[in-house]
Amino acid sequence: MAEEVKLIRTWSSPFALRIVWALKLKGIEFETVLEDLASKSPLLLQSNPVHKKVPVLVHNGKPVSESLVILEYIEETWKEKPLLPEDPYEKASSRFWAKFSDEKLLPSVWTVFISQGNKQEEALVPALENLQFIEEQLEGKKFFGGEKIGLLDLAIGWMADMVSVLEEVTGLKLIQEDKFPLLSAWIEIFADVPEIKESGAPREKLISKFQAIRDAYAATK
Amino acid sequence: MGEEVKLIGARGSPFNCRVEIALKLKGVEYEFIEEDLANKSPLLLKYNPVHKKIPVLLHNGKPIAESLVILEYVDQTWEGASILPQHPYERAMARFWAKFIDDKCMSALWNACWSKGKEQEKAIEEANELLKLLENELKDKKFFGGDNIGLVDIVADFIAYWVGAIQEVTGAEVLTKEKFPKLFEWAREFINCSIVKEKLPPRDHLTGFFRIKLEAPDTLKYNPQVR
Repeated sequence: MAEEVKLIRTWSSPFALRIVWALKLKGIEFETVLEDLASKSPLLLQSNPVHKKVPVLVHNGKPVSESLVILEYIEETWKEKPLLPEDPYEKASSRFWAKFSDEKLLPSVWTVFISQGNKQEEALVPALENLQFIEEQLEGKKFFGGEKIGLLDLAIGWMADMVSVLEEVTGLKLIQEDKFPLLSAWIEIFADVPEIKESGAPREKLISKFQAIRDAYAATK
Repeated sequence: MGEEVKLIGARGSPFNCRVEIALKLKGVEYEFIEEDLANKSPLLLKYNPVHKKIPVLLHNGKPIAESLVILEYVDQTWEGASILPQHPYERAMARFWAKFIDDKCMSALWNACWSKGKEQEKAIEEANELLKLLENELKDKKFFGGDNIGLVDIVADFIAYWVGAIQEVTGAEVLTKEKFPKLFEWAREFINCSIVKEKLPPRDHLTGFFRIKLEAPDTLKYNPQVR
């Protein structure tokens, strides 16, 4: 059956990258529509009128927005190579931690990287606490999904390249191997998965982008 | 089969109410443990160390936190009326709107109800935009879930019931029949559902609680001890 799958995204959005990973891991053919958020396309505005954000998955003309919602949609529509465990409790656990990643972990890590001096010291406290929670989730596991990559790995996958880029830009090593041995090991294995490896945004471009963002924050202080 | 279901919650909380409605829909027997949020119990801290918030569902001793996560769990674990639709696309739409309500509407409506003066004008404008989107999404359906209540209706319980109680206390006009006739009607239908009615906290408890809040403005910032 002729199927049309489009992904509206930007070159750098980590939320959009999750969807690229999911589609590739499931072996789903898709077309990328690159978006310039400074000049939003009619397609984006029509497909996501509520938030006007990326990513948006458009499947046979029907749009789905919000990356975690899209991941669940992909999981339920293309049932091969499941990303979520069968067991409802394990599923709930994945969802809980994916939500935690978006609502607490990512913002706290981001705050560390855009802050300077004392503010950065303060920001470290919740970030390290949140990282510790995630570290504990890897106990006895290779991936967050167990033996294989799962939805939670994709949700936390932004850590795999974004954090090292941010560490380079700021000179601050957040995920120290002795403090977070499991997370450090996971970052390496995750980044090495072929579908992940081939999908990343160009590192130098990311470094320039985040350097510029950090400079802008420093300038507004 | 011996099954143990407990809910650590607080009866005045819309997040707690969501879970109670869902459990009732599925006909699940459970023990309710009322939490004093000003004085959090070791039980809560043990079962939700990450957020330290209610509600927390305990199923055979295993905890699940975050009301949206709990709702999905309840839907998948027990037979009975469906909370989410069957079709993947419709499920995605339900999840999208549930997230929209949680991420955007809750705090915006709270602020619109409680703020004053110029700040309130702005807050009400913002709330209007959001409520308009919900009004459009409702279209001609009785409920967001169609003929029966579903995920979005349950997640919107705050809008259906709590907002009215706050408006009564503060005099704010955020959700009114004139501004949002469909939503207003939906709210009425929702709170009159027998399953919902049974689980809503008594109105005078809510207005009493909100009257106290009115006297203590520094407690008014949107900072739910509940999710």
